[in-house]
Amino acid sequence: MSGESHEGVHRHPAPTGFIRKYIFSLDHKVIGIQYIILALAAVLVGMTMSLLMRLKLSWPDHQWSLLGALFKAGAPNGVMNPEFYLSLVTMHGTIMVFFVLTTAPQGGFGNYFLPIQIGAEDMAFPTLNMMSFWVTFVGFVVILAAIFFSGAESTVGPIGGWTGYAPLSALGAIAGPGQGMGMNLWIISIAIFCVGSLLGALNFITTLLNMRTKGMTLMRMPLTCWAWFTTAVLALLSFPVLLGGGILLLLDRLAGTSFFIPGGLYVSGILSGTNPNFPLHTGGSPILWQHLFWFFGHPEVYIAILPGMGATSHILATFARKPVFGYRAMVFAIFAIGLLGFFVWGHHMFISGMSPYSAIAFSVLTLSIGVPSAVKTFNWIGTLWGGRIRFTTAMLFAIGFVSLFVSGGITGLILGQSSLDLAMHDTYIVPAHFHLVMGVASIFGMFAAIYFWFPKMFGRYLDERIGKLHFWVTFVGVYCIFIPMHVMGLVGMPRRYSQFTEYGFLDKLHPLVLFVSISAIITITVQLLFYFNLVWSLFKGAKAPDNAWEATTLEWSTSTPPPHDNFAGVLPTVYHGPYEFAVPGAPNDFVMQTDAEVEVSSNGHNGQH
Amino acid sequence: MATMVSTKPVIKTGAGGKAPGPNGNGSKGRNGHEFLEPDPRANRYRIGMWVALASIGMLFTALSSAYVVRAGAGSDWVTLRMPRVLLLSTALILLSSVTIEVSKRNLKASSLDGHSRWLLLTMLLGLAFLGSQLLAWKQLARQGVYLASNPHSSFFYLLTATHAFHLGGGLLGLIFVWTRSRFSHAVKVSPRRQAATDAVAIYWHFMDALWIYLFLLLFLWR
Repeated sequence: MSGESHEGVHRHPAPTGFIRKYIFSLDHKVIGIQYIILALAAVLVGMTMSLLMRLKLSWPDHQWSLLGALFKAGAPNGVMNPEFYLSLVTMHGTIMVFFVLTTAPQGGFGNYFLPIQIGAEDMAFPTLNMMSFWVTFVGFVVILAAIFFSGAESTVGPIGGWTGYAPLSALGAIAGPGQGMGMNLWIISIAIFCVGSLLGALNFITTLLNMRTKGMTLMRMPLTCWAWFTTAVLALLSFPVLLGGGILLLLDRLAGTSFFIPGGLYVSGILSGTNPNFPLHTGGSPILWQHLFWFFGHPEVYIAILPGMGATSHILATFARKPVFGYRAMVFAIFAIGLLGFFVWGHHMFISGMSPYSAIAFSVLTLSIGVPSAVKTFNWIGTLWGGRIRFTTAMLFAIGFVSLFVSGGITGLILGQSSLDLAMHDTYIVPAHFHLVMGVASIFGMFAAIYFWFPKMFGRYLDERIGKLHFWVTFVGVYCIFIPMHVMGLVGMPRRYSQFTEYGFLDKLHPLVLFVSISAIITITVQLLFYFNLVWSLFKGAKAPDNAWEATTLEWSTSTPPPHDNFAGVLPTVYHGPYEFAVPGAPNDFVMQTDAEVEVSSNGHNGQH
Repeated sequence: MATMVSTKPVIKTGAGGKAPGPNGNGSKGRNGHEFLEPDPRANRYRIGMWVALASIGMLFTALSSAYVVRAGAGSDWVTLRMPRVLLLSTALILLSSVTIEVSKRNLKASSLDGHSRWLLLTMLLGLAFLGSQLLAWKQLARQGVYLASNPHSSFFYLLTATHAFHLGGGLLGLIFVWTRSRFSHAVKVSPRRQAATDAVAIYWHFMDALWIYLFLLLFLWR
């Protein structure tokens, strides 16, 4: 493994056996694809659950015979129980946040492209990389098991939301349906996921610090690498906190401790300490769980979206044929967002009874995240400004990302003010806000990334006609789904309720609820088109050359798909910044980072040869 | 790739246009000619270890902030009587930090026998520490103090167990380094082995400092 120090060719032969090559592979590219496949599977589960929720909300009493046959206890005669609905809420959130939004952008695309973009032949610790994927995979299996182990309780998993608030989540089966074994498995799955993510983050950070090729200075890295790096730092520092909280929660449930369970609880007709099923608890603090959870939970939001920001910057520059506007400002903005993300967790807890003075501090810090966010948005628009824009599907999704980030982020400024949040918390405006900004915007970042990098990964373009149809329906669809939810929230529709038939003041909203559901059904259907495009283009797509988009960064300087050691044994040398488009006097409208022929002259330094 | 422009006047490119300079290996370059260190990849073990410690540090930060919050939350806090054997634990782990440092110096001085002998001693001290922690648990259990007895005992068992678990990881690292040195016939110490030993030593010192911190937190905070 060592000693390839000089210019000589030093190839790493690819493994030949099927298992070493595709299953327990050490190749970061294979591992990246494994993560993406895991996310593609998980998102199907999560999406199906959201579809079921919409069916319940729109047609609360309709008998879905298929559901009745599948879930005899959860949907007797095909009518979903409220408990069934609540477990759908929980599992949809958990699976989407952890196994889609954290898995694909970072574990998937980051794993595949970070080493190539910095000119390394693999991650720093390939074995650790393999372990991080398989640990995550086990986490996914355990969360699926939670669905089945809860079947007897007429749910499809635990009930507690993706936040698993104590004391409900800490009490055990006595607290009602969805609190038994399924909840244990839920906590264990999250803990396993934490470990997997930590291994991944460790690898990302070390790789980026230690493995950059000659000439790849920090300020020559593509913005994607900055985003993945910052995301890894966030994961490294926030997942241990969730892990710690999860251990405490599990001890409360299984070992009779009282970290989160207050004294004197009276649950399901039993007083704490008067029944062997409900041991004595005293003095625990449910708010403590909220602090631990949200100290992780808020950085997690940025873990989901930062890679999308990186990909968007990368793709906007490539297809606007212009350098990223304000590269340095973009780097500092990513860092500022990541740093501030650690000091704002309290804004999720404004209604927990916290002191108004703390609320003001959290409020001010939260609003200040608007500054780096606005810097990024401004620079994205600055990048587009006056560019000769090529409207590929990847570009459309990247522009869609900017749009969704703005329209979802703007309500963050409203909800971030404690006085307004007191009224709006737990209404539909909160799901509307975070679905637009952390859910759909991140998904759009992933879509942009897959349309952009698919030619490099598999040597064929994704079909552009299907892609554009996919984009437009999805783009219009998600706005049709989530903009009306803002209105519902302002009217006062509470979130997490399975039906609203008992609340007269919400009757008039029913057409809007129907509209959202129909939009959701159409949008979900179009995603199947995307899956079809993936499979079809893999075999029948137009062949892509090595530099499929006339782009500048290192992944486009190696062959397609990249060889096992990425650069066929000769690591590249970098001479330029990452986004040298439209350089005056250059022969093409792009200068690749490896292009030694175009001389560098900046700050009085001449190029080194 | 761009076509050739070798005779044209210098073309300016913008961002990051400085000459190839510092990268992840200080200013030495990685794929170039000016290596000072024979194998800069070896550095990744040290970097990786510091990154891992940041993460472990956050885990214990989270648990100790939970400790502080919980100590102030209820009136059910019963401060433990410190098991005396913990003083022995503390002495043992402090001593093991010294021995691993001696072992590391031996490696630097290419005294491989001394290196593996002091490593072995460190391992034994580590095991003795774990044994002494177990004794502390037994002493508490004899007093009738268990995990769920009261919040202080819950935290005591949890923090000591989590620390012991991580220390066990350190022992595995020591065993790895020790078998390498015991059964290798190499005359010269490779930079990789040096770095691996350094990484394990860093981890071990961290576990030592962590125990001191936990000890003070558990018996001085409240």
